[in-house]
Amino acid sequence: MSVEDLNPREREGVIHPEVRAGHDESERAPDGRRLQHAEAASKPIRAPQTREPQPRGAKIRGDRPINQSEAAERFLAAPLHQAAHDERLWDLRKKRDASAHGVPEWEELRELASQIKTHTLSHLDRYLEQFEAAAKANGVHVHWAKDGADHNRIVLEILRSHGAKTLVKSKSMLTEECGFRHHMAANGIEVIETDLGERIQQLDNEEPSHVVAPAVHKTRMDVAEVFAKTLGTDPDNDDAHYLAESQRETTRPYILKADAGMTGCNFAIAETGTVVTCTNEGNADLSGNVPPLQIHSIGIEKIVPKVEHLGVFIRLLSRSALGSPITQYTSHFRAPRAGTEMHMVLVDNGRSERLGMEEFWTSLKCIRCGACMNTCPVYRRSGGLSYGATYSGPIGLIIDPTFNKRKYSTLPFSSTMNGSCTNVCPVKINIHEQIFAWRKVLVEEHQIPALKQGMMKAAGAVLSRPAAYRAAIGAADSALKVLPRFAVYNPLNTWGKKREMPDAPRQTFHAWYKQNRMKDTGR
Amino acid sequence: MRVGLFVPCYVDAFEPEVGIATLELLERLGCTVEYPFDQTCCGQPMTNTGCHAEAAATEALFVKNFSGFDYVVAPSGSCVHQVREHLTAIPQTDEVRHVRASTYELVEFLHDVLKVEDLPWANFPHKVAYHTNCNALRGIHHARPTELVKPYFSKPLDLLRLVKGVELVDLARPDECCGFGGTFSVFEPAVSAKMGYDKVADQNRAGAAYVVSADSSCLMHQKGCAERLGLPLKYIHIAQVLNGAAA
Repeated sequence: MSVEDLNPREREGVIHPEVRAGHDESERAPDGRRLQHAEAASKPIRAPQTREPQPRGAKIRGDRPINQSEAAERFLAAPLHQAAHDERLWDLRKKRDASAHGVPEWEELRELASQIKTHTLSHLDRYLEQFEAAAKANGVHVHWAKDGADHNRIVLEILRSHGAKTLVKSKSMLTEECGFRHHMAANGIEVIETDLGERIQQLDNEEPSHVVAPAVHKTRMDVAEVFAKTLGTDPDNDDAHYLAESQRETTRPYILKADAGMTGCNFAIAETGTVVTCTNEGNADLSGNVPPLQIHSIGIEKIVPKVEHLGVFIRLLSRSALGSPITQYTSHFRAPRAGTEMHMVLVDNGRSERLGMEEFWTSLKCIRCGACMNTCPVYRRSGGLSYGATYSGPIGLIIDPTFNKRKYSTLPFSSTMNGSCTNVCPVKINIHEQIFAWRKVLVEEHQIPALKQGMMKAAGAVLSRPAAYRAAIGAADSALKVLPRFAVYNPLNTWGKKREMPDAPRQTFHAWYKQNRMKDTGR
Repeated sequence: MRVGLFVPCYVDAFEPEVGIATLELLERLGCTVEYPFDQTCCGQPMTNTGCHAEAAATEALFVKNFSGFDYVVAPSGSCVHQVREHLTAIPQTDEVRHVRASTYELVEFLHDVLKVEDLPWANFPHKVAYHTNCNALRGIHHARPTELVKPYFSKPLDLLRLVKGVELVDLARPDECCGFGGTFSVFEPAVSAKMGYDKVADQNRAGAAYVVSADSSCLMHQKGCAERLGLPLKYIHIAQVLNGAAA
């Protein structure tokens, strides 16, 4: 069965009337066309008629290298999931293009954002201290965490000192990086994700597969199944609004009674000590503003110097991520509400080490928009969980090895280095060039399989010796047998398993030239 | 103008007619073309895999073969990108720098250096989907990639428009990588082939009879995918079309 056989769901049935109606104040494209909000305007994901089990991500075995290729192959073996995943993310990529092309100064904005980040990261110590001082002056408790364990310990201490047992949380990749939820569960703290995608993943005991759309690898049927098991919803109803509403209704009570609330941070403004979050569901506002104790986890690279710099990033972030001009909510958390306490935890977790890596430090500019994932042809066909890491897709390929070179040694090879990621990056990180650079580093540090390096050594030996090369491919009838090893760099069976072999040429160019042109050149 | 012709290893082996077309076309346009006889490869398979030390001897051979020319021209964006951007495993002498700076991909050489404005012998009356090799597109700037908000241009399409009868069709995902990716096609065959299948399906839906590209590696991969899927697409290098191939 292919995706073409699927039953398209009636658009009328799944789009909320308010969204359908549209609003005149919406931003318009130069041709007068209304620019719709990306999520609202997305095509409904078609529901499979036949149940296809959701493919699971890479198998994690301690520090052993992730087999992304194997996990990707399993994802591809689930064609309905793969097609829906590819289609959904390509849709976001198209919306990103339309949105970017609606801003004539787009490339100047990217350059400006990149320069602001270069400047900030070059003076990070100064801006972090400025941020800390400003936050303290606002009445915020500021903590410094050197790694994930430190972050979790600090937050646990804060919670314990308040006798807090429940915590509601709105999206933060940093806390995923720190293994926060698992650590809290082990210490008797109940953590509830409040955003739809994260909640789905939490209930299914899976990690987010995408930095902006954490459950994008799941079909609605998968979600209906998870919710039926965990929230008691109707297992046969996979209507997106029904599912979203069920999640909201079941999560709101947790928000109202939680002892503490936590959010991540999109931008931390040094001059004001403010944490800014950009969300579409509004749960960061609720998680931050409802419970009597609020905590913000901040990666130290999130700093921007001044409020005036924020506009550059806000214009780029959601357009790059979803193709929408702006997120529904851009919330500024600055000081505790009367009678409550506010904490900010500034987390390093390998960032200062990365800052010292000459070829890779600019990956710290990342604002986690996910544009590189949406455009990546490998990611769209592999699913984010195949990378076996908190950060997947192109940006994951270049930052994961900074956390663990052995475990993530295979990831920089899971790319065709086509460069589209670099072109969509709103802060102009040279992602595909860093992927290329990582391969060299991993070879030098003996982190690639000996067989692979052996093949390259053999190829290099033949390709650097004209006589050996000619002997290998010279005879036309034997070329096809021998050539793939040198010309397409692989044994026949790997190529031929999925693709037809090239036809055997009558003679090589070299032989043709010798036969037809040697007399002309006198050689 | 002395032009050194570089025929990449896979063109030499699988698509000799691409090398022949390149040679003939350059000669038709008035270039004195020489083919250094001891050439093999640009070193990309090793470099692409991170094995720079293993590429050094091949790179040195490339420079030795091509250092005496005003221009080095090759019918492959991928190999030219390798030479220009990544031929760094050997010391960067003046000779090496000269070879790297004077190595051109055929399309850009015709477009930017020879400034070809007329190809009276070229006639290709077919529906054509143009495939942009990623290294040619984003690495050596053959055209404006769809991701960038910059003025549109396309060197290969400028040249194809000089060919009588060519009818260009639009792909739904014009700049999407086809999945060849050098050693990627070998070490990650499942994703590579799926990308190839999606690419050829896109070309087929667009109504193309022929797919034209400036890169034989992409064409070889796509041809293998199209044949496996039983699609009636034909694959031909732009050098052949510009040189007047009938079909």
